[in-house]
Amino acid sequence: MNNSPYFLKPASVQSVMVRVLLALLPGIATYVWFFGAGILVQIALASVTALAAEAVMLRLRGKPLMLFLSDGSALVTAWLIALTFPSIAPWWLTVLGTLLAIVVAKHLYGGLGQNPFNPAMVAFALMIVAYPLLMSQWPRVGATDFAVQWDAIFGNRQVLDAVTMATPLDALRTVLRDPEQRAMIGGVLGGKATFGNVGGRGWEWIAAGYFLGGLYLLQQRIITWHMPAAFLATLFAVSGAFALYDADRFAGPGFQLFTGGAMLAAFFIVTDPVSGATTPKGKLIFAAGVAALTWVIRTFGAYPDGIAFAVLLMNIAAPLIDMYTQPPVFGHKDKRGDSQ
Amino acid sequence: MSALQRLFKFHGGVKPAYNKEASTGLPIAVAPTPTLLVIPLHQSIGGMPRPLVKAGDHVLKGQRIGGADGNASAAVHASTSGTVVAVEMRLMPHTSGLSALCVVVEPDGCDEWIARQPFDFRSASPTQTRDYLRDAGVVGLGGAVFPTHLKLNPGRQGKLDTLILNGAECEPFITCDDVLMRERAEIILKGAAIMREMLAAGRVLIGIEDNKPEAIAAMEVAARAANQAAGDEAMQVVSVPTRYPAGGAKQLIRVLTGIEVPHGKRSTDFGVQCFNVGTAYAVYEAIALGQPLISRIVTVAGNVGQARNYEALFGTPMRDLIAQCKPLPDSDRVIMGGPMMGLLMPADDVPVVKATNCVLVGSKRLFPPPPPEMPCIRCGECAKACPADLQPFEMYWFSRAKIFGKAQEYNLFDCIECGCCAYVCPSHIPLVDYYRFAKSEIWAREVEKEAADVARERYEFRLLREEREKQEKAAKLAAKTAAGREKAAAAIAEAAKPAATPEEDAKKALIAAALERAKAQKEQVHPENVSNLTPEQEAEVAAIEARRAEIREMAKPHLRQDD
Repeated sequence: MNNSPYFLKPASVQSVMVRVLLALLPGIATYVWFFGAGILVQIALASVTALAAEAVMLRLRGKPLMLFLSDGSALVTAWLIALTFPSIAPWWLTVLGTLLAIVVAKHLYGGLGQNPFNPAMVAFALMIVAYPLLMSQWPRVGATDFAVQWDAIFGNRQVLDAVTMATPLDALRTVLRDPEQRAMIGGVLGGKATFGNVGGRGWEWIAAGYFLGGLYLLQQRIITWHMPAAFLATLFAVSGAFALYDADRFAGPGFQLFTGGAMLAAFFIVTDPVSGATTPKGKLIFAAGVAALTWVIRTFGAYPDGIAFAVLLMNIAAPLIDMYTQPPVFGHKDKRGDSQ
Repeated sequence: MSALQRLFKFHGGVKPAYNKEASTGLPIAVAPTPTLLVIPLHQSIGGMPRPLVKAGDHVLKGQRIGGADGNASAAVHASTSGTVVAVEMRLMPHTSGLSALCVVVEPDGCDEWIARQPFDFRSASPTQTRDYLRDAGVVGLGGAVFPTHLKLNPGRQGKLDTLILNGAECEPFITCDDVLMRERAEIILKGAAIMREMLAAGRVLIGIEDNKPEAIAAMEVAARAANQAAGDEAMQVVSVPTRYPAGGAKQLIRVLTGIEVPHGKRSTDFGVQCFNVGTAYAVYEAIALGQPLISRIVTVAGNVGQARNYEALFGTPMRDLIAQCKPLPDSDRVIMGGPMMGLLMPADDVPVVKATNCVLVGSKRLFPPPPPEMPCIRCGECAKACPADLQPFEMYWFSRAKIFGKAQEYNLFDCIECGCCAYVCPSHIPLVDYYRFAKSEIWAREVEKEAADVARERYEFRLLREEREKQEKAAKLAAKTAAGREKAAAAIAEAAKPAATPEEDAKKALIAAALERAKAQKEQVHPENVSNLTPEQEAEVAAIEARRAEIREMAKPHLRQDD
């Protein structure tokens, strides 16, 4: 018979993970609206692969199968992979990425709770290094023809030209790389015809969907405000400062916050508790670090989005950050606490 | 009254289902005297009292049967009059299932008191009053059973700002303080007044969680009367927000005063002292009525048909109390204390003791077995809930890996084992169990290390002594041979008469110097301090020798390991 406490709050890893999945739904819905149902195929592919890989690894490691399969953590990884990969990526790219995430990044490091790196970001980083072209072919806004996307995913890549285009981040990079085109930065970022008003047409709405889901996670107390606030504030401050310095060379904060994976990262990726910092101060430093590195990689790096590398780099630093940011314990604080 | 008090928040805490209503419906009942009282001698923190009675003795109600062992201890008394049938090892109300010395009393049914006399604490010295309370067996009745007399000392300043009475009672199910405050508020405050005088405290704050409006009302009425009688406004009832563990002494001190008393520090250094309301009641009974602590209010709750509070004699089997409350057939365990911090009892016939604030009957329905333990996902829920501002998941990590030094670095010993972390953990990790394990391992290692240190010191001292003895022998030998030589040399000189060669002079000087040194050394090592001892000193020396022998015994296995 167990020791005290004899009763527990009704909470479980599963209920945490299920609510994270729920919180992703608004973003997924807008994704489908603007870019077609291909993303749902990717989510299904990643989910099935993740569960299968998880089951095999659990069996190999001699762990209870149903207990861990039903915890929902593999599904969260799978969904994040699907949402960060191009929705018209060939099926095997998603499957391979998911396998690497679950088998290598998760289970070879000891399974749930033991992975030093965010598995979804490991998958993204490995795939973008190995298949940069495939990872850069994104669907065109409004090209929502499901049959074409289905074909693109399952073999017939001939149709691709008609349905892909560079992402706003990619377009921006191309423009900035060519000194003659630099003056067009305003056109790239602000032109409604091309990309929309803020972060690129479609993209900004998906970002808004993730933001909504993020608020739900905050309300459910699954995440604390520290990470999203520090991430968004830092990205805003850094990009804002550089945009003020030279608006022709640096995209402003509105664009940076609402394009690419920034909003997804702010609420769903940097907030991964296993691989991130855990103290209140540490969370601020960790998320600010991810944001700053993201901006640096986006602006000066060779890859279209820098979030995956930024997260992995900060994952390495997380234990150190935690060590140096331990909050003072009861009776060892300098000042008296706040009044109620 | 309470509106004026500024309150402070403590970090963390949880809000479990309180389940208190079930046992507050009926007034306190006096539990029937059982056929046999099993009164453990060790019922408080500190030294184990020495038995003062033997089998066959007749004892009166309130008669001291266990004498305090040193000052950090508290006496134990017979709960009723009767015959001592045995002084023997009996199962203790503790999870470990250990036995300890108990006085088993067969009540004679007369319930005949010893001569009771009020203690005039105003004309007694503070030390005398404290000794009196120690011998009256008064200990903290909130559950920690720390000897009260040790806490009734204002410390360096000679006075305190605040005396806090703890009526928060934050543990679910437990209502013994609640009903005591409802029914005997006046007596509690009379006890508080005595304590206030002893501590020279400026004010008395009575902290009660706001889920006990009846108790707050009763205490407020009594406080008004007490203030009127005393002609000041010293007593103040403060309603504090209901949040477990608001009744932890440190948490309540923080809520009421904003002061955080660090681990290992005395609260009196911060001008505060905190007592349970039941303790104040016991102080009044001891001082004003001359009645030692022989009973307490015990909540019987949980898986029973009629939960209720009983005034129970120490030594009453818990089973007898439970039987009064119509236990339900699916009951499968008895817990002493509440569901957050209570101890699982090894059997249901263990006695009620001074620490027994609640006898909680459990069942699988009421306290279902926890879901399977999952790995920690570092979600930080435990850190959010920790009222000691710790990072429980870090402590868990290091405790589990048996890296105890690191666990200590993360302030393992600041953990009050309130159970909040384990309560909120979505991975259902029995976190507190890991901390208890780590703490006991660390303590065990410290004891081992001390024993090993003593053994090593003794070993080194022995080497030193042997070396010294060797030197002394050598010096004696040298002196002997030198004397012989001198004789021979004198004879030779007599015969030959030529002056001693310079070499011989040098040799002689060396020998003389060696002799001198040996003499000086001998004088030094002569143990001057053990001659002319008083009998007391001799006894002390004997005691020390006995202790050393004990340590030698303890150290033996380690020496063997070293070999």
